[in-house]
Amino acid sequence: MITAGMDLGSKFIKIVILKDGEIIARVKMLSGFEQEVTANDAMKEACEQAGIESDAIDRIVATGVGRSIAPFAHNKLTEVGAAARGAIARLPETRTVIDVGAEEGRAILITPEGKVRDFAINEKCAAGSGTFTETMARALELELAEFGQLSLKSDKVIPMNAQCAVFAESEVVSLLHAKTPKHDIARAVHDAIASRIVSMARRVSVEKEVLLVGGMAYNVGFVASMKRTLEMEIHVADEPDYVPAEGAAWTAYDKASAI
Amino acid sequence: MAKEFWRWKEYNWHDENIDPRAGGVISGGADVGSVSSQAVVMVDGKLYAFSSMRTGSDSPNSALDSMNWALEGTGLKIEDLHYVVGTGYGRVNVPFANRAITEIACHARGANFMCGPSVRTILDMGGQDCKAIRCDNRGKVTNFLMNDKCAAGTGRGMEVFADLLSVSIEDVGDLSFDIDEEPPPVSSTCVVFAKSEAAGLLRQGWDKNKVLAAYSSAMAHRVVTLLERLGIEKEFVITGGIAKNRGVVERLEKELGLKGLQSDYDTQIAGALGAALFGKVLYEKQQAGK
Repeated sequence: MITAGMDLGSKFIKIVILKDGEIIARVKMLSGFEQEVTANDAMKEACEQAGIESDAIDRIVATGVGRSIAPFAHNKLTEVGAAARGAIARLPETRTVIDVGAEEGRAILITPEGKVRDFAINEKCAAGSGTFTETMARALELELAEFGQLSLKSDKVIPMNAQCAVFAESEVVSLLHAKTPKHDIARAVHDAIASRIVSMARRVSVEKEVLLVGGMAYNVGFVASMKRTLEMEIHVADEPDYVPAEGAAWTAYDKASAI
Repeated sequence: MAKEFWRWKEYNWHDENIDPRAGGVISGGADVGSVSSQAVVMVDGKLYAFSSMRTGSDSPNSALDSMNWALEGTGLKIEDLHYVVGTGYGRVNVPFANRAITEIACHARGANFMCGPSVRTILDMGGQDCKAIRCDNRGKVTNFLMNDKCAAGTGRGMEVFADLLSVSIEDVGDLSFDIDEEPPPVSSTCVVFAKSEAAGLLRQGWDKNKVLAAYSSAMAHRVVTLLERLGIEKEFVITGGIAKNRGVVERLEKELGLKGLQSDYDTQIAGALGAALFGKVLYEKQQAGK
């Protein structure tokens, strides 16, 4: 049986194809302004990678902020449901999923079966999202990867006063003018976003094991800040941004198997 | 250097018809905001001179610069001021101030002076925060609410948009009405997200003015929710830099179903004006106590 999950995020479209529960293709493309066109291209590439024709897929489930325009999807799934199902497939002991993407942050409490017990979302404000980090990296004239790495060099705690990304940008510039080393600013930024995500997660409570997914989990500086702020060990998914797309593919698999 | 579309004009003014040396109380108000700094000089409770300029990265200097600029051409020096009150975000960093008073108290006092004792609700739309203030007939604050966490609904947010659309900040208001029909407001609250939303709308073929209209009404709506939480009582007045942007003001008034009072004074100096008024009273108290 072949099933596929597509995650139409605000920044990237991700597609995962499963064959009898094994991943046979994974594709990621910048969403761009015409998501539907990108989704078609991404699906074509995923099928090529899997070595199958697109009509060989038994079931497709779409998730992500753009899921309503997803072409050729049989079912739609919320981002929360997708992250939960994907997390349990990656690490069955997961009880709390923290998913931080480009424009949204989510904390999800799940049952051993991968069902959602409770969740909290930040989608109104860039302060708890990947965009915040990108904006700050730009203000510091650093590449994203470099930005995360650099923050590990700092052992200083500089509190950021601003919550809003727009205000934080000016604060970062003032810190630069005050000759604050870039690595200390980098850490301050990652601590700030981690504290926002953690306070959101604590609203639903944080239970072991914790799995960090979504594109922000690539950022080593953010991961370090999360561990410090949560004061506990957390698991970080490999290729973390594919987890919700995998969750969608697994949901397609569950649905197709149930018939 | 690329054109800075957000950059608004800095200015100073003084009244040639007033003689500051005639023996009246010369009081000063220095409002060091996060984005702009205003200085006001009053002679015996009459507005004599003022200035408005961009706040630099160093707030003691911003306070000094703006006061010196207000005094430019008057023949007065800072030492000639009898009493100075500092206010605004940087109020503790006004080296020549005798005292610091919150900008909320100063805006209420200033609005009371500018528009008269009938003012009960003041909306101060500043560079980095937005405050809804209720006051009594003497301009004394009875209640207030503020948003200082988020750039949505502030002047800084509008500057970001002016820059994105390459439109001078002074033209934003007029251009936002140069449209065929009023578009729906942008759906994002966050300025960062609204920026990407606007980029998407431009890509879809919306012209700049329509995007400005959509952003202005979203901003107006955001501020209206703050006002409604506080409760509005007539008369109502808008102060601060955004009061000069009719794109936001008129949409806000339409949503409220209420017109703001107009004033002959510059709305942006309300805080500094209030500070100078407090300065006069405090100076007289000090003299009486001697």
